[in-house]
Amino acid sequence: MSSFGADLSSLNWMATRLDAALGWARKFSIFQYPFVTACCGMEYMATATSHYDMDRFGAGFPRFSPRQADVLFVVGTVSHKIAPVLKRVYDQMTEPKWVVAFGVCTCTGGFYDNYATVRGIDTIIPVDIYIPGCPPRPENVLDGLIKLQEKIAQGARVTVPQGSSARPADFETPHTPETHL
Amino acid sequence: MDSEQQAVPLIMRVQQRFPQWVIASHQYRGQETVLIHREGFLEMAQFLRDDPGMAFDFLMDTSCVDYLKFGKIQSSSPTLTTPSPLPYYMKPKPLTQTWTRLVSNDEYRFDVVYHFYSSIHNHRLRVKVPLRAAESNIPSVSGLWATANWFEREIWDMFGIRFTGHPNLKRILMYEGFEGHPLRKDYPVRKRQPLIGPVN
Repeated sequence: MSSFGADLSSLNWMATRLDAALGWARKFSIFQYPFVTACCGMEYMATATSHYDMDRFGAGFPRFSPRQADVLFVVGTVSHKIAPVLKRVYDQMTEPKWVVAFGVCTCTGGFYDNYATVRGIDTIIPVDIYIPGCPPRPENVLDGLIKLQEKIAQGARVTVPQGSSARPADFETPHTPETHL
Repeated sequence: MDSEQQAVPLIMRVQQRFPQWVIASHQYRGQETVLIHREGFLEMAQFLRDDPGMAFDFLMDTSCVDYLKFGKIQSSSPTLTTPSPLPYYMKPKPLTQTWTRLVSNDEYRFDVVYHFYSSIHNHRLRVKVPLRAAESNIPSVSGLWATANWFEREIWDMFGIRFTGHPNLKRILMYEGFEGHPLRKDYPVRKRQPLIGPVN
């Protein structure tokens, strides 16, 4: 045991390298859960084809059980009716987990400002990467995926206290369409 | 069915059969429309389905229109003289493009619209049933056309029209606990009723 105490410094060195190794391994083994609700799903499928080849980034294998996935792709408009389902799917995923908002509808609600639509999924669950576009091009998606990989490799994880909003401050501008009329 | 009966327009045949129920009818580019009172609607629907000259075996669509603010200028709504940064396709249109409805908008708030198709005779008929706001209920035709079941649930959900005799009249699009009927013109535009999350 005395030799163990003498090697504490090397153990510390090992711990940091382990984090880096874990991040490197995780970022190339993204098991994604596609929560596809709307037309963005077509572009999501286009991204998964061999032409764009999502598998280059280790994200080619979707898991259709949230318990086996670690990245939640929310693709398409989320209505108030399905919002509890999305929250439940997110809660069922095991840590560590990340969330990608795919398309403007998931980022901000898009042009749907009505009784039925959630104005951005970040009002319900924390979001790591926003991919805007209606729908986003596959290149745009891959760009977001690379940014997510960087985030995973750094070990960054969304830690939002329960009850507070995960929405970035940029999105908190008041929405007043009446001024245009 | 002989050919001379084929030549008689559908709206004329309906008019001759139910003169006491038909309010008005018109024809535009081969599209025939008949307006009928609610009291005679179920009888006419049975006739449309079972009469060999009609034989409407397919209810293509059922919808509803709320005429609460139709043709009325709102004080807050934009006019042609309001300076507007909107593009041309979003600018308000002049009121000359409105059309007449054949019944009073003040008396009859809703129109329930049925689109019938006969795959035997390959003809179509549109039936409109005006409804007053105070008594916004209409007999269900889900016993005649099974497809009316979900159409009528959708209209109940969106407009709050009650279909008497419907086997399962509950919301189909919105969730249980949603208050009001969102496609009514007096539903507040800004009203939000989320199940979870903030009201935004």
